[in-house]
Amino acid sequence: MPVIKDAVCSLCGSLCDDITVTVEDNKITKIENACILGHSKFVGMFEHDRIETPMIRKDGELVPVSYEEAIEAAAKILVNSRRTLSYGWCSTSCEAISGAIKLAEETGSVIDSTANVCHGPSALAAQEKGSPSASLGVIKNRADVIVFWGCNPVHAHPRHMSRYSSFSKGFFTEKGRKARTMVVIDVRKTDTAKLADKYVEIEQGSDLLLITALRSIVNGHEDVIPETVAGVPKAELLELAETLKNAKFVCIFFGMGVTQSRSKYKNGDAVSSLISDLNQHTKAVMIGMRGHYNVTGFGQVATWETGFPMAIDFAKGYPYYNPGETGANDLLVREEPDAAIIAAADAGAHFPQKAVRHLARIPVIQIDPYANPTTELADVVIPSAIVGIEAEGTAYRMDAISLRMKKLIDSKFKTDEEIVKDLTTKVRELKRGA
Amino acid sequence: MKIKANLISGRTADQGAHLEAKTHKGYFDACAYCELNSADLERLSASEGDSLKVTTEFGEVVVFAKANEGNPDGLAFIPMGPWANAVLSPDTHGCGMPGFKGIPAEIEVTDEKPLDMKSLMKKYLED
Repeated sequence: MPVIKDAVCSLCGSLCDDITVTVEDNKITKIENACILGHSKFVGMFEHDRIETPMIRKDGELVPVSYEEAIEAAAKILVNSRRTLSYGWCSTSCEAISGAIKLAEETGSVIDSTANVCHGPSALAAQEKGSPSASLGVIKNRADVIVFWGCNPVHAHPRHMSRYSSFSKGFFTEKGRKARTMVVIDVRKTDTAKLADKYVEIEQGSDLLLITALRSIVNGHEDVIPETVAGVPKAELLELAETLKNAKFVCIFFGMGVTQSRSKYKNGDAVSSLISDLNQHTKAVMIGMRGHYNVTGFGQVATWETGFPMAIDFAKGYPYYNPGETGANDLLVREEPDAAIIAAADAGAHFPQKAVRHLARIPVIQIDPYANPTTELADVVIPSAIVGIEAEGTAYRMDAISLRMKKLIDSKFKTDEEIVKDLTTKVRELKRGA
Repeated sequence: MKIKANLISGRTADQGAHLEAKTHKGYFDACAYCELNSADLERLSASEGDSLKVTTEFGEVVVFAKANEGNPDGLAFIPMGPWANAVLSPDTHGCGMPGFKGIPAEIEVTDEKPLDMKSLMKKYLED
């Protein structure tokens, strides 16, 4: 019975690479070290609603077809489209992402990642002000003050605190949790907040006010701070600023409470400025808590291939980027795309109603291992192998460290990489024919 | 009785554990609810498990009521997913990101039941 050690979990941006997997008769029968999310990923795959065969919608129903028919139907949609949106590509390998970018260039599409509804504003913030960062290994070994701002790792990244942050023991942090100060800033007392040494509850949507006030204090201007800021008493803010300034090494982990609330990318921009200010006193860094396991990888691959991390428009034949215009949601809300390809992500579940309504009106190609809300809207469905379980490939952890995901079992399904290659070949063939 | 609330969405462990099992009832149970604190539920005369209709400028959705004492008064939370997205804001304010947090909402008790995932998505095809 093969036991595979140090498998990489392809679920969230923590990319835990210490999973032990037992395989019997090409099935995963036991999993060690995984959290609830990882367990569901590895063991759940035999219980979940797998897309068993390629399908095409005929008279309102998805009917099974051959793989070749599905590729041809998908390629025809792409060739006949004047404005295709290619979206997702974050629960897959960098190799597949590279192929997807090539396909987008070939078809003059706009390609965007799940960062559009997650940490897109953090990318904009990094472009405005930079993003002083570190690897999670550095945090584990050095950070004595850890701030979770607008994120809830107990739920979204369950092993983050034990492997990399609050509870982990490192070279200069051998006492682990006892020697670390954990601060949580949020709008409600989450399960993560319950574990904090200091919980700061702020009024929803007022993050920018709080960051600006903290910056003023750190820079020696506490006299300008009113008695309360963002619902937080001044005394509490002074104490928090002291904690940050007196730390040996601060890491601010931030989540969608920061990126999705009012002021959006300006919040991340201000966090970056706060980090610069803190670096006048101590060492400080910031890391976004990335959701999809390889959304960081999309940003990396897209940046080195096109110069931009997301929302890349190839309509003019060269990459053009303006997220408020070329972002997936902006395009759909403007009812601009006349076709969409959605892969390794689920726009049907995670886009607001107005965007989903437009998806329902246009031809949609879906590439995914599992049925989900996007399948309900899709016209061509192509099942794929699960990367990190049935296919190997590269992914980037939330701190932009690349890890090689293993193939653990065999699969009858093609990989995303193979599918996108077949699709590109077919598109070229049809274009030549035309 | 209706209450006004500030609606946010976000991840939960149960929602995450069903990310790849969205056709299952477990996903419905993990996402088709709205959390308010007990005081707000009392103001609505609602108990956990009752149906709530959440209405915003962008739509309405029926979900189950759930209590969470971590929520301050007037803060409503629906896990990210198609139920939350029926009522969240599509406006990106020119920076790509829709309004997933901080949406003014009205919440009331209803006799209607939440739609399952497929029925919810079918409504988009019928529109």
